[in-house]
Amino acid sequence: MTSPQDEAGTAIPIKAVPVRHPWRWVVGAIIAVFAAMLVHTLAFSTLGGKSRWQWGVIGHYLFATPILHGVERTILLTVLAMLIGVVLGTSLAVMRLSPNPIVSGASALYIWFFRGTPVLLQIFFWYYIAAIYPKLSIGIPFGPGFVHIDMTNFIGKLTAALLGLGLNEAAYMAEIVRAGIISVDEGQTEAAAALGMRRIMIMRRIVLPQAMRVIIPPTGNETISMLKTTSLAFTIAYTELLYSAQLIYANNYKTIPLLVVAALWYLAITSVLYVGQYFLERRYGRGTVFGQPNETALRRFWRMVSRPPSHISAAPLSTGSEHEP
Amino acid sequence: MVRAAGVRKRFGLNEVLRGIDLEVQRGEVMCVIGPSGSGKTTLLRCINHLEQIHGGRLEVDGQLVGYRERDGKLYELREREVARNRAQIGMVFQHFNLFPHMTVLENIIEAPIRVKGLPKEQAVEKARQLLGQVGLAGREDTYPRQLSGGQQQRVAIARALAMDPKLMLFDEPTSALDPELVGEVLAVMRDLAKSGMTMFVVTHEMGFAREVGDQLVFMDGGVVVESGAPRDVIANPQHERTKAFLSKVL
Repeated sequence: MTSPQDEAGTAIPIKAVPVRHPWRWVVGAIIAVFAAMLVHTLAFSTLGGKSRWQWGVIGHYLFATPILHGVERTILLTVLAMLIGVVLGTSLAVMRLSPNPIVSGASALYIWFFRGTPVLLQIFFWYYIAAIYPKLSIGIPFGPGFVHIDMTNFIGKLTAALLGLGLNEAAYMAEIVRAGIISVDEGQTEAAAALGMRRIMIMRRIVLPQAMRVIIPPTGNETISMLKTTSLAFTIAYTELLYSAQLIYANNYKTIPLLVVAALWYLAITSVLYVGQYFLERRYGRGTVFGQPNETALRRFWRMVSRPPSHISAAPLSTGSEHEP
Repeated sequence: MVRAAGVRKRFGLNEVLRGIDLEVQRGEVMCVIGPSGSGKTTLLRCINHLEQIHGGRLEVDGQLVGYRERDGKLYELREREVARNRAQIGMVFQHFNLFPHMTVLENIIEAPIRVKGLPKEQAVEKARQLLGQVGLAGREDTYPRQLSGGQQQRVAIARALAMDPKLMLFDEPTSALDPELVGEVLAVMRDLAKSGMTMFVVTHEMGFAREVGDQLVFMDGGVVVESGAPRDVIANPQHERTKAFLSKVL
C-alpha cells in the first residue's frame, strides 16, 4: 500500500483515532468465562471424592496396546477406503461426463444406488453377501469360469468394511470430482485440443490438475468424515479404534474415560489430516491467488489485542484488515 | 493453404455460416472483419475442426478438414487423426487460454513434448528462442497470472508457434486487451507475417488489416459480403453493409 506523496516525495502520515470496538471485548469476556468454567470442570471438579473425568485412567489407556492396534486399523481402513473412493470416484466422474449415454448412465445408476442407501446397511450387506453368493467365478459371462473364489473365506471383516466404506465413498467422490472438472474453463480444453492433445491427455495434464483446486477441500472433508465413519465397522466386530475401546470398557466399566481416549485419538489423526490438506492445497494452488496462505485466527487475535497504530497510511476505501501494522 | 467452398454450419436451427467461399494461399495473411454474430469466429474454429461443418467443403493444405474422402464418400476422421491435423495448425484465442497451473516455459513445451515427442532439452531450447522472438526472454518461470494481458497473449503466440504450425489462426487476439497493450501483440503478429507465416486473422484492427493483410473479407449474417485487397475494401467499400460497418469502426 502506497502512502500519498507530495511533490517533494515525502509521505504525509494521517493521524486519526481508530474506531473502537467495545462489543468485541464484551463478547470476548463472555466466552472467556465459559472457557474458564469448562477448564474448571474438566480439570478440578470431583465426583464422590474422585476426579470427575478420571484423567489418570485416560492416561493409562491412551497408549495401551489394544488401543494402538485400534488406531492402526482405523488409519488402515481410512486410507484404503479413501483410496478406493478416489480412484473409483474419479473414473465414475469421467464416465459421467462421457458422450456415450450408456457409460454416463451406468455411472449415474451407480451413484444413485450407493448414495441412496445407508453406508451401515452396505457394510452389513457385504459382510453377509456369502449367504447368497457362496462362490464367485470369474470367466466367460454365462459360460465356464476360470477363477473360483470362496466368498465365505474371502469376505472377512476387513474386506466387508472396505467394500462398504469404499464403494459408498466412490459415489460421493464421483460428484466431487465431477464438480471439479466442470469448474475448469472450457477454453482450457479448447486450447489443449488446438495444440493437438487428445481427450485423455487433456483430462490428465490440463483439466484434472486445475480441477484439484476445487476437489481438494471437499475431499479433505470426506477423509475426515471417513476417519470417523470407520467406527461403523464395530458393528461387524472389526477391532478398529472405537471397538477396541468398547472391548476394554465392557470389562472394566470405565466407559467415559475410554470414550475420551478414542476421542483424543480421532482428534489427533484429524489434526494431522488437516495439516496435510493445507500443504496439498498450496501445491495445487500454484499460479493462483489461492496459493497464498490465509491469515490465521491467532494472528487476527494478536492484531485485535495489540493497538492499531496511530499512524495509518491513508487508504480511504480499504477496510482495516488490509492495513499492515 | 485454406480453401472454403459453400461452407455451412448451424447451431440447432440457427444457421451461422450460410455458404462461405474463400481461399488463402501459402504465406498470405487473411483478415476477416465483421459485426459480432456474423460467423467469423465460427469459420475460424471450423478450420481446425473445433466446430464441425454441416455442408460444403473446407480444405487445409489440400486435405479435407474433419473427413476423409474415398470413392466419393466422406468418412469422419478418428479423434487421433483430428488431433494430428490440429497439431499442424496454431491457434491464438481472444482470452489467451494459457494453462494457469503451468509456468510460461511449461505452457510452451507441453505440447511439443507430449504431442510431438520432442526431447525435453530441445523443446526448452526452442521455447527460449520463441520467448525471445515475442520479446519475453527471461520470463520462463513466471505464472500466466503474473503477466499483463499483452504478455499473456504473446506467450500464447509462442506456445502455438512451438508446434511449428503451417498455418496460424488468430481469434480476435487483441479484443480482450487494454488499448495500450494492443500494439505489442500486433507487432509480434506483424513480424510473424513478415517471416512468411500463413495467417488467418479475425480482427477489429483495421490498421493491422490494411498494413499487413493480403486479403480482407467482410462477413455479415453468415456470408462473405465483400472481399479484396484490404486497402481497396477499406478505402472504397462497394456494399452498403460494408460501408455502414466501416463507418462505425474507422
